[in-house]
Amino acid sequence: MLEFLKYLDRRIIFIFIFLSTAIPLLFDIGLPIGSTKPVRDVYDHIEKLPPGSKVLVSCDYDPGSMPELFPMNIAVFKHLFDRGMKVYTTELWPAAPPLVENAWRETGGAMGKKYGTDFVNLGFKSGGEVVIVRMGTSIPELYPEDYYGTRISKIPMMEGIRDIQSFDFIMNISAGYPGTREWVQQIVSRYNMDLASGCTAVSAPEYYAYHQSGQILGLLGGMKSAAEYEKLTGIPSENPPIKARAMKGMDAQSMAHLVIVIFIIIGNVVYFLERKEQKDKR
Amino acid sequence: MKNVGRFRSLILFILMTFFLVLPPLYAQEEEGKNFKYEITRDIMKSLNESAEQGDIPENLVVALAPLQGKVFINEQAFRQELVGALGRQLSAQYQSRLVDMSKIRVDWFDMTKITIFIILIAFCGMVLFFSWKAKTDPNQFIRRIPGLDAISEAIGRCTEMGKPVLYVPGIDDMNNIQTIASMVILENVARVIGEYESDLIVPIRPPFVVPVAEEMVKKGYLDAGRPDAFKPENVRFISDEQFAYAAGVNGIMLREKPAANLLLGSFFAESLVIAETGVLAGAIQVAGTANEHQLPFFVAACDYTLIGEEIYAASAYLSKDPELVGSLKGSDWAKVVLSIIMLLGVVLETFGVHFLTEWFFIR
Amino acid sequence: MKREIPLAITAIFGIFMVAQLFIPHYLVQDISGRLQDWAVVIVAFAYILGVANIIKINSGVICRRGQDWEYKIVMLIALVIMMLSGILLGKDPDDSLPIFDFMYNSMYVPMQSTMFALLAFFIASAAFRAFRARTTEAILLLVTATIVMIGRVSLGEFIWERLPDITEWIMNYPNNAGKRGIKIGASLGAISIGLKVILGIEKSYLGGD
Repeated sequence: MLEFLKYLDRRIIFIFIFLSTAIPLLFDIGLPIGSTKPVRDVYDHIEKLPPGSKVLVSCDYDPGSMPELFPMNIAVFKHLFDRGMKVYTTELWPAAPPLVENAWRETGGAMGKKYGTDFVNLGFKSGGEVVIVRMGTSIPELYPEDYYGTRISKIPMMEGIRDIQSFDFIMNISAGYPGTREWVQQIVSRYNMDLASGCTAVSAPEYYAYHQSGQILGLLGGMKSAAEYEKLTGIPSENPPIKARAMKGMDAQSMAHLVIVIFIIIGNVVYFLERKEQKDKR
Repeated sequence: MKNVGRFRSLILFILMTFFLVLPPLYAQEEEGKNFKYEITRDIMKSLNESAEQGDIPENLVVALAPLQGKVFINEQAFRQELVGALGRQLSAQYQSRLVDMSKIRVDWFDMTKITIFIILIAFCGMVLFFSWKAKTDPNQFIRRIPGLDAISEAIGRCTEMGKPVLYVPGIDDMNNIQTIASMVILENVARVIGEYESDLIVPIRPPFVVPVAEEMVKKGYLDAGRPDAFKPENVRFISDEQFAYAAGVNGIMLREKPAANLLLGSFFAESLVIAETGVLAGAIQVAGTANEHQLPFFVAACDYTLIGEEIYAASAYLSKDPELVGSLKGSDWAKVVLSIIMLLGVVLETFGVHFLTEWFFIR
Repeated sequence: MKREIPLAITAIFGIFMVAQLFIPHYLVQDISGRLQDWAVVIVAFAYILGVANIIKINSGVICRRGQDWEYKIVMLIALVIMMLSGILLGKDPDDSLPIFDFMYNSMYVPMQSTMFALLAFFIASAAFRAFRARTTEAILLLVTATIVMIGRVSLGEFIWERLPDITEWIMNYPNNAGKRGIKIGASLGAISIGLKVILGIEKSYLGGD
């Protein structure tokens, strides 16, 4: 038995992980979801912004991190449209624009908001960090057209948008590079702008330092924060129909974490038994 | 070498001329151009507050909104724009008030960034001083970095087994310093591989890294005296997509079975996917990144891990060039100075003295 | 001269871009804006370089019937179809593009998500293999990791409502302290390499003489 556990076939672990994520996705467990301070900070800041404020949401992710970041994107969009904000989006990852389109259709589009007056997607621009820096000096020169090829001079809500300082708030949804770190370094430190971040759980520990120092106003880290934000913004909702993807995912993630912890414990029990056996032999 | 030194001096001279001589000349020629007129975000905020308190009419603020962020270098043009935007609402009194509020001096130096400037100059000074000093004393000490020593061991293993070495330079572009550091290590790795007569596969994510990596591998083989062993098809652009790239690298690991995987550069969420596949393929793995959030994954899955700045020390460590080793010493001393300042800051804050913290506070 | 010219270009633009951070004057900011535009244009061209590299390497393998040449054909066909459907068929904010959207939502998204989802399996097997309470430090790491793992999901709240707060404390203090230490060291290293590159002390990345 000890030998079996010591050289446990990784495929057995994989099966347990698969079951622990698949079963909660099929059957609702409904574990409680509260709200942590970094998440409340984002929510409270958006609540404080006056209706009609110009908010830039930079969606810097791709389908790889979609399970964590897409629910966040949906919840943030819903909150902003509920509050009557003007939402502008940019993408620094090439595969992001269709995801943003999907998020817009599910939230603003379904809520009767109009493209061009309530929402504009400026699209993907290659160059990573340089694009962020350039937004600091001129947006019309950097984005002469939106994602659909319309000249920005013909888009009503682009009037008065000169550079990054034309926005009242920036929300960055980030899966890595370029992402929150670059927004903090190039925009917050240069122009003293209000920025909040939504990121994958794996990069959240890095951004806690920025939240603690006040360089970002709030932080949504991973699916847990996305679920908390869904709850705060009234998701699941019927009008518009929005599913609570992150809340559902939280049950699965909880079970998967539990399985990992159990395997770590098994690994350590085996390790101690083995050590004891070796001592006894000596 | 001397040419490069002379070139460096010439460039510095040209730049110093540009920054020291041009500004005063420009300022003299364009008198009055040292001001700009801009309704900034902060001004709009204060106008909004005044409107809420009833000091100014609300529709004045609404009419001004389109002008926010627009820069005027001429007072006349700014006044015209104000009249155009506000029309009858704009009395002479409001006009003058707005012009005064929006008049911003454009300096040749941003004093709010003086802290960063001083730290930057001090740090660069230390690095340059120690690297200059090292030229007179070539026997510079550099501590052992087991991860870098393990690279030769891993390459030796590949040669014994007749299998290739896989070098993954991270997923960032050439504008990331980690990728530059990784390219320098790649050249050394290619040289050793050339000497051992093994194969080297380099899968790449950002297209810009491809020609640099090709050049590095070519030079490494050339230095080893085996330029004919360079195979251009082994430096491969896989995909600009993060996980498509990870899938491509995993495919190479499982199909071509390299006996050693060197994962050195800037990694993100794909780090563990790649490193665990390496474990599955039974390869010896040396990893290194300055992206601290990925270090736990490498520590768990790889045989050796270069932590944080160790990856930047690689170039000096592998080449033993005194100038480079000296510069390492410079950055280490800077770290000592920073640590002392931090400790001092903690003590002063504890006793309620805030001047040091405030001096460092940029926002 | 093959080395001197790139070194000169690096130095001039490197120092200028550092200096522009401290010079708010529009003369300098205008030049800096132009340089950033150049960078954006150059990076866009890199995609052409990438596509050219893919076509060159894979068509070579197909022509000489190298290993897995059949898959290379599939890859090149996928590359062309995806690219053309995006470029030629245009876009509209209210309508979806049948071909492009179908391929994006039904093929690209599941494939990418699957790759990311592999992490869950790999983390479990790596944790099982590597997390052993061998020393006091390892025990501390193990306990902390377990608290954070449970506290960062709803299960933690279900077990004990204070657990998320403890997790937040761990993330905010011990985690931040460690991260900042590594970050400061790594940032100084990065500035030092940047300085050496700008001044031409580190020039091996430029390749042969």
